Amino acid sequence: MIPRYQTILFIVLLAASVAMGVILWHLRERAHQRLLYGQDSAPTQAPEVAPAEQATLLVANDQDNSLLAQVQALPLPQDPGSRARVILGKLLDLYAAPDATHPVPGGANAIAQVFLLPVSNPPRKTDSPSNAPASAHPPPGKPNATNPAASAPGSQARIQEPTGPELAVVNLTGSFVANHPSGLETENLTIQSICATLHANLPRVTQVRFLVDGEPRATLAGHADLTRDYLAADAVPTEGAHP
Amino acid sequence: MPSTKTLFGKRPHLWALAALLAAVGAIAAAQAPPAPPPPTAPQPAPAPPPPRFVVVIDAAHGGNDPGARLSGQPEKTFTLALSVRLRSLLAARGIQVVTTRESDSTIDVDRRAELANHANAQACISLHASESGSGVHLFTSSLAPTPPQRFSAWKTAQAAWVTRSLSLAGVVNSALLHAGLSVTLGRTALPGVDSMSCPAVAIEVAPERATSGAVTAGLDDQGYQARVAEALAAALLEWKSEARQP
Repeated sequence: MIPRYQTILFIVLLAASVAMGVILWHLRERAHQRLLYGQDSAPTQAPEVAPAEQATLLVANDQDNSLLAQVQALPLPQDPGSRARVILGKLLDLYAAPDATHPVPGGANAIAQVFLLPVSNPPRKTDSPSNAPASAHPPPGKPNATNPAASAPGSQARIQEPTGPELAVVNLTGSFVANHPSGLETENLTIQSICATLHANLPRVTQVRFLVDGEPRATLAGHADLTRDYLAADAVPTEGAHP
Repeated sequence: MPSTKTLFGKRPHLWALAALLAAVGAIAAAQAPPAPPPPTAPQPAPAPPPPRFVVVIDAAHGGNDPGARLSGQPEKTFTLALSVRLRSLLAARGIQVVTTRESDSTIDVDRRAELANHANAQACISLHASESGSGVHLFTSSLAPTPPQRFSAWKTAQAAWVTRSLSLAGVVNSALLHAGLSVTLGRTALPGVDSMSCPAVAIEVAPERATSGAVTAGLDDQGYQARVAEALAAALLEWKSEARQP
């Protein structure tokens, strides 16, 4: 025989449980409605998509140790450093594809940054302004003979476009380097294709330096030297020749 | 009768005078023209001894550095086996060989270049292996050629030898093609080779593949290894004969 007080206690607890369940369900519905009202799914600003431009990629082929030019239409930003990063990202995306002729895992995320710096001592062949980097990067506040408007009083300050040879510093991610296949040919082709692609799309880039996670590294994957500056023009293959 | 010892003991400056006279006499004797040799019939000059022909074989990686991960073995094991095989073939042909390692030991790339440069070798072969690509990949330094200099920078010492290295690569390429192997040529920046002051090539052995990409001879194929080693030995023998030609 169940005591009366236990029956009453059971009924009270059961009622309390049902009431709490109803309250929780109600709160959940309110939170869901609030979330839906808070979202503004209507487009308020059109995405800015840069117009597609032609980019030349020098794609490596392991079978014959060659670089083959491939033209792709890519939306490219105006900033040269970002532009170089997008182009190299596309090149490494091709290498990460399943049917790649030069299989290297990593893809576009392998390029952390690309910095473009003026070459400190460029060769001066002529006295033309294009070969005078000192005038391309004048010190702040100093008049610039090649572009007087940039330093004229009252004119808006404009970013000076460099005109001399440049050094591209390519910062690779550590995961890309750790997963890169080891071998003389495959490492050499990766470096040569990056250098040649940079030079083909940014002709002012004459030298390329590699960093890994922002630090110098001895080799790419045990073979190719990463401590030296590569001459970008040397990597561009001539017709029917290997790099 | 006073002895000389007694006289010099009383006058020490006489010792110095005697030593000075002895030294002047010795110098005069050394600078005096030698006596003319007796006239003899003119004889032909003796032929100079043939130059010493030394080959350095560098089995890449080793010890803590396994190199590439190949299908059945690490790269260091393959390169050591090929080095031993090639050394035996060259020794059988009377060629003096210096190897950078004979066991699974860690050797720095700078130490490898030091060994090669001390050997004053006529050919330096750096052996590598890879699963990517096909056939034998033949590389020379990508440094721009420079005229020989009395003192070379360590990391660009190979620049003065690039022209000779390209000639050596041509001989090796011919021998490999003659052996029926597919060869791809290239230039690369390899830290060990760039510091060598000798005609140097880097040889990377990859599996032999058909045009479809299927492997016809893997790196663990003993017959394939033997063909590569025989071709390299024949190339170095040819290089030796070319080096002896005036």
